[in-house]
Amino acid sequence: MSEEIVLEAKSISKFFGTITALNDVNLKITKGEVLGVVGDNGAGKSTLMKVLSGLYKQSEGSLFFSGKKVNLNSPRDSQNLGLEMVYQDLALAGNLPIGDNIFLGREPVKKVGPFNFLDHKKRKQLTEEHLAKLKINVKSADQKVEELSGGQRQAVAIARATAFNAKIVIMDEPTAALAVKEVGKVLDLILNLKNLGVSVIVISHRMDDIFSVCDRVMALFQGTNFAESLLKDTSRDEVIGWIMGKKD
Amino acid sequence: MDKSQDSTFVKLIPFFEKFGILLLILIMVTVLHILQPDVFLSWRNITNVFKQVSWQSMLALGVFMVIVTAGIDLSVGSIIMLSLMGLAIASKAGMPWYVVMLVAPAVGFLCGLFNGLGITLLKMPHPFIMTLGTLYIFRGVGNLISGGVPITGFADEIRVIGNGKIKLDAILGEGTREYIPTSLILMIVIFFIFWVFLNHTRIGKWIYAIGGNPGAARAAGINVNRILIIVYTLCGFLAGIGGLILAGRTNSAYPNAGLQSELDAIAAVIIGGASFFGGRGTVLGVFAGVMIMGILRNGLNLMNVSVFWQQVLIGSIIIIAVYIDVLRRDFSTRK
Repeated sequence: MSEEIVLEAKSISKFFGTITALNDVNLKITKGEVLGVVGDNGAGKSTLMKVLSGLYKQSEGSLFFSGKKVNLNSPRDSQNLGLEMVYQDLALAGNLPIGDNIFLGREPVKKVGPFNFLDHKKRKQLTEEHLAKLKINVKSADQKVEELSGGQRQAVAIARATAFNAKIVIMDEPTAALAVKEVGKVLDLILNLKNLGVSVIVISHRMDDIFSVCDRVMALFQGTNFAESLLKDTSRDEVIGWIMGKKD
Repeated sequence: MDKSQDSTFVKLIPFFEKFGILLLILIMVTVLHILQPDVFLSWRNITNVFKQVSWQSMLALGVFMVIVTAGIDLSVGSIIMLSLMGLAIASKAGMPWYVVMLVAPAVGFLCGLFNGLGITLLKMPHPFIMTLGTLYIFRGVGNLISGGVPITGFADEIRVIGNGKIKLDAILGEGTREYIPTSLILMIVIFFIFWVFLNHTRIGKWIYAIGGNPGAARAAGINVNRILIIVYTLCGFLAGIGGLILAGRTNSAYPNAGLQSELDAIAAVIIGGASFFGGRGTVLGVFAGVMIMGILRNGLNLMNVSVFWQQVLIGSIIIIAVYIDVLRRDFSTRK
């Protein structure tokens, strides 16, 4: 693992009216690192991720992508910087085929006169190549997402997030809705991404997930940084303690 | 062996999904031809059906796009009336015919834009409410500007879209009475343009995505409100074109123009296989839905069936069509 820091959040605070959702939170992640973020409901995980992806604007603090300070005004901005988010509710359109979902909003087009038309052939080809690169098996790139299993949908969501050379992928509870036998496939996929040099932030309640893929784990508690450790230097019990706000 | 039979059957499902509705039209046409061998398939009657459905098809196409986004537009019947009144007043004011012709689509466009802006900017809980409001507003405005009385008599140039005839003398010989209605050509061209728009452009794809999962569309960086405004504006624009066709057909702008036609449009879209929950349906299906309604009305008229029975039948067909869709879905999700 190189020590190149791809994303750093410094002293992030976020207020909603009188409520303090985040208070002076720091986070950093290096290239090809898998960072686990844990915390109880309402600890600020989701808010922090929404700030990182540009969906929320932080009230205080700064974001640095590859060492450069940036101003995010929408998810588009963070996408352009190589950060992608895989949402808990998957954010896929079930009525559309796999390929359409992967390229939704960024469809390959060909120019005919003054008009841009969808390039169906190119989209299909790019979809097949990308699925093969991530070792995702589906019957066909034209299959509708609503026909897929939960694990396959999660795989499509991850494929969607990484289709445009993402450097950082944030996954919100990537295994929460999955059958046991499908969890392993998604975790393998995370390790695949790591091997391709992608940094992954995994939000999860499941210690099995955290301890099988993460390099480092950080805990939020009531909107603040509570604890952080390399995975090899901590234990499940300790991390569970952090979630509940207990430290030795 | 059972299995192989099963799999050919399963393979046929997508085929039926795509073309089953055309099969239904074929059956209707065959039955009506047997019942009315001299009249139904006559050139005159068929062109008559097309002339009747041409303006309704514009409403159905617009409402279809709205329904794909999981929305609804109840105001199209009033938009057609208001655009017709706008056209009539422009005509009475003595404006040149090409300006008068532009008035109807322009009024429709503005009405649709008003709907779209209302739904998105006012954050209406459902498009049903905004367009129910404008259903009253647009017809009220139409009656206010016309004084609530019909305005009759337009120049031939204005009527050409709804009433024009393309003579077939060159093909069928001099003096032949057969012709193709201009409105049929216009309908085919517009349906083709919107088929291309919905299937081969990014905005078309996004319209389907919004109907499938608006959250996914938003997460993909799609400006959902902007797309919705485009969709409702286009729907109004198409209703305006419908007004232009109707002006030619009836040579009159009248207070009850398009009354309840929004319900016919919704019926045609649903019969054509679009899902009321959004994300599903095809332009070909809308065309088929419009044709089924048109052929049914025409056939029942030819057979002297009372208009009340027509209402009962159309209502039944809506329910049966959707029930078949429910059965199909049950079948295809059972694995």
